[in-house]
Amino acid sequence: MSTNSEEPITKVSIVVSHGSLEGVYPGLIMANGARMEGMEASLFFTFFGLDAIMEKRMDKLKVATVGNPGMHMPTILGVLPGMSAFATGMMHKEMEKIDIPPVREFLEMIHDAGGEIYACKASVDMFHLSKKDFCPQVKDIISVGQFYEKSAGGQIIFT
Amino acid sequence: MATEVLAGKTLELDADGHLANRADWNESVAAAIASQEGIPLLTDRHWAVIKYMRAEFEKNGQAPSIRKLTKESGVDTKELYALFPKGPAKKAAKIGGLPKPVGCI
Repeated sequence: MSTNSEEPITKVSIVVSHGSLEGVYPGLIMANGARMEGMEASLFFTFFGLDAIMEKRMDKLKVATVGNPGMHMPTILGVLPGMSAFATGMMHKEMEKIDIPPVREFLEMIHDAGGEIYACKASVDMFHLSKKDFCPQVKDIISVGQFYEKSAGGQIIFT
Repeated sequence: MATEVLAGKTLELDADGHLANRADWNESVAAAIASQEGIPLLTDRHWAVIKYMRAEFEKNGQAPSIRKLTKESGVDTKELYALFPKGPAKKAAKIGGLPKPVGCI
């Protein structure tokens, strides 16, 4: 609102720690949304979030259908072979309808919009990965300390 | 409702500071708003974006998503952010006399 007397947010650092489709998208939407609002934005992928920036895995993220009460589906159904792929397919269709891009394209958009994309060093080491495993938009592999330095003056959003 | 004098016209603004009446818009008004937004000169590339957004708004009743904009206007993401620094979708909409975009993408 134009008469808001609170300080606007000018910078966000978003941590993505999950590797499921529904776990990755909130961070991407928030990073892109931040850039659209003229805020500085960076994304920090850690643990299974690394899947979202790995060349080999980023096109294959799935919706969790087991242990996910948000699916409103009995576990016995969620466990069936193909159910996750089916739910994922449905999610892709619905997202395309409202013009939300697939993960790969979304990261390109965020990067081209000036968002910075990082991988967590500890997770990279743990999974025996290196920069060549990631998409070209990844700027660097950084430690948690470096993440905090880069987040100075902004808000940290953990997803 | 606030009013502002721009390009020699008294214009009504909505709560977000965008033009309240789309009929008030013309290219001089656009240039005046652009100046206020820190864009002293609207080039052909700016106009490509503005015209696309206005056409889409006419067609669909709302501004296009930034994804659609960068794919179909001929202006890609990098160029868009260079043309309209800090919040291109909102800026281009304001300059184009359109209401603030409500989409999340």
